[in-house]
Amino acid sequence: MLPVGYYIALSSFMFAVGAVGVIVRRNPIIMLMCIELMLNAGNLALIAFSRWNASMDGHVFVFVVITAAAAEAAVGLGIIVAVFRQKSGDIDMDSLSEMKG
Amino acid sequence: MGYAWLAIGFPLLGSLINGIFGRFLPKKAVGWTACFAVGASFAVSALVFAQMLVMPETSRHVVSALYTWLEAGGFRADMAILIDALSVTMMLVVTGVGLLIHIYSVGYMGGDTGFSRFFAYMNLFVASMLLLVMAENFVVLFIGWELVGICSYLLISFWYEKPSAAAAGRKAFITTRIGDVGFTLGVVLIAAVLGTVSYDAVFGRIIGVGSDMAAAIALLLLIGAIGKSAQLPLHVWLPDAMEGPTPVSALIHAATMVTAGVYLIVRAAPIFVQAPWVLALAAGIGAATALFASSVALVENDIKRVLAYSTISQIGLMFLAVGAGAFAAGMFHLVTHAFFKSLLFLGAGSVMHALSGNTSLNKMGGLAKKMRATYAAMVIGALAMAGIFPLSGFFSKEALLAGAFHAPFFGRIVYAAGLAVSVMTAFYIFRLIYKTFHGESRMSEEGWRHAHESPISMTAPMSLLALGAVCVGWIGLPSRIGQVVIASNNAFEEFLRGSVSAVAFGNEAVSQWWMAAAALGAGLLGIFAAWCCFIRFRGIASVFVRKLSGVYQMLVSGFWIDQAYDRVFIRSGRALAGFMARQVDIGIIDGAVNGIAGCVGSVSGMLSRVQTGYMRSYALAVLAGAVVIAGYALFILK
Repeated sequence: MLPVGYYIALSSFMFAVGAVGVIVRRNPIIMLMCIELMLNAGNLALIAFSRWNASMDGHVFVFVVITAAAAEAAVGLGIIVAVFRQKSGDIDMDSLSEMKG
Repeated sequence: MGYAWLAIGFPLLGSLINGIFGRFLPKKAVGWTACFAVGASFAVSALVFAQMLVMPETSRHVVSALYTWLEAGGFRADMAILIDALSVTMMLVVTGVGLLIHIYSVGYMGGDTGFSRFFAYMNLFVASMLLLVMAENFVVLFIGWELVGICSYLLISFWYEKPSAAAAGRKAFITTRIGDVGFTLGVVLIAAVLGTVSYDAVFGRIIGVGSDMAAAIALLLLIGAIGKSAQLPLHVWLPDAMEGPTPVSALIHAATMVTAGVYLIVRAAPIFVQAPWVLALAAGIGAATALFASSVALVENDIKRVLAYSTISQIGLMFLAVGAGAFAAGMFHLVTHAFFKSLLFLGAGSVMHALSGNTSLNKMGGLAKKMRATYAAMVIGALAMAGIFPLSGFFSKEALLAGAFHAPFFGRIVYAAGLAVSVMTAFYIFRLIYKTFHGESRMSEEGWRHAHESPISMTAPMSLLALGAVCVGWIGLPSRIGQVVIASNNAFEEFLRGSVSAVAFGNEAVSQWWMAAAALGAGLLGIFAAWCCFIRFRGIASVFVRKLSGVYQMLVSGFWIDQAYDRVFIRSGRALAGFMARQVDIGIIDGAVNGIAGCVGSVSGMLSRVQTGYMRSYALAVLAGAVVIAGYALFILK
């Protein structure tokens, strides 16, 4: 079995890729995918620690996170579609700044 | 005697009916309801009186409690009434005179749009006044005291569309409030020092608190009495109160409410006798007020204001009497005054009715030919007030002056003041009669043709009051004058002696022949002087006005007291209020509020720039926050 450090390294890398993606990309669909990537990085770390500790607790969190991620994706895509209709084709994230102070 | 509550209940019910449903009822029903309510109340009072007469004298003191109104620790105030000689006397006066004035009002107010409102207030007033005089403790007395105050306010400003009436109502309410503060403090002091407010207990314990404390209580109660009874220096509201309808002036501002101060002193006599100098002060204030008000009445040219100043001066005489310790004589004058003064007011109302509301004596004259019944009634009232034998005023004024004469050190002074007031009283009331009913008419041709006698619903109550003004004095015939025995005792004084304040009543002041002659002579002198000035030598009065114009101006302006109050209190109050509004309110209070709001606004304006509206910068901020927290957890907390 691979040492736990490898899993954590992969997880950290995935999280970093996701975070940078959310910050630098302006396409909301890509941003959504990056968020999924960050969530799954977290899931991977949870499972790795769960195995390492020989405990099932981490699995429970993972199921919760997967459920939340599914809901988030559904709502997020719904919002994107709504914005797409409203803005008639323009879905650049930086142009959605009506709420600025 | 629990049924005595009905005396309060009937007018209260009448007030509710007329107040709530009155506007939907025909005027006839409203008038009947109001008169029936007061009539029933009078019947109850008469029944209580009759039952009391057959009771032995020692048991003429019945307390009836409905429920406990307040209870806190050892303190307790019941909603209770006390039936004794004093309260029955007042009940009979309030409901008797009240009934006649209600009947009169049906005719007098017949054309007014506020007909049902008027009777709702009047009935409420009768109920409140009865509560005041029947109360068994100072707290219930206070409730009645304030209720009659509010009724007075409502009825003075009854024609509230008129700015002067609204202002007069406010003036009355605010001025009496100054006295009420004293009264309230007095009641609180009684409760605090004696632990009870019930009359019997208070009067039983008052001797134990020392004369200084008793004097403090008596002084505070006296302040309340001065405000309510329009004595110096709080008299200014009563002449203005004449803005109200005339029956209101007759009932509230002549016969009943304004005499509540006298009633209060008589009721609380056991407290007052513990503080002789407060009683002397009351006598002094009464004498000063009587002299002041009757001298102003000499030159007043408004028929109702003459009567208003006359009321102030007559109540001054009552204060003089009770201050001199002649409590029964003071009450006696209260009763007779209720009859002849309300008669005079109703007569004045009848004249105003005939002249479409004119109240200026300078635009009257010669009305005797047109208004026989009113003329006769007013002459009877005037004779009674002037103290002419054998009308009621003679006996009460005689008893009052005899009592004043026998007062301790100040007796002679207030007696002389009383005699001087008697002369002036006779003069100004006959000046009013002559200027109204005698001589040539000074009205317009059309006004003269329009002048007419009032309807029977107004003249009938006046006739009954005239009968009272003649006869009521006979209930208090002095037991003897000089050495001549007239009756075994003074019936009125003997009756009152059974009341709660019995301990305070000294012996009847024995009158002398020369006193009776002096009192009668003073009245005749005044009438003769008025006859000279206004009938025989018509021009004399105007000569006086020209020669003594300074004195005349002083009297006409009421010794400039209103102007002085305006300068000292009202203007300084206005200035203070203006300063508060302009400087303190706008500058400090508004400044603080606006300053805080401005601070919050500018800070939030700066903070709102953080919200760029760029989704990605928020994400960066969240990430940075997460990194900071993670770093804190990893490296600091360990």
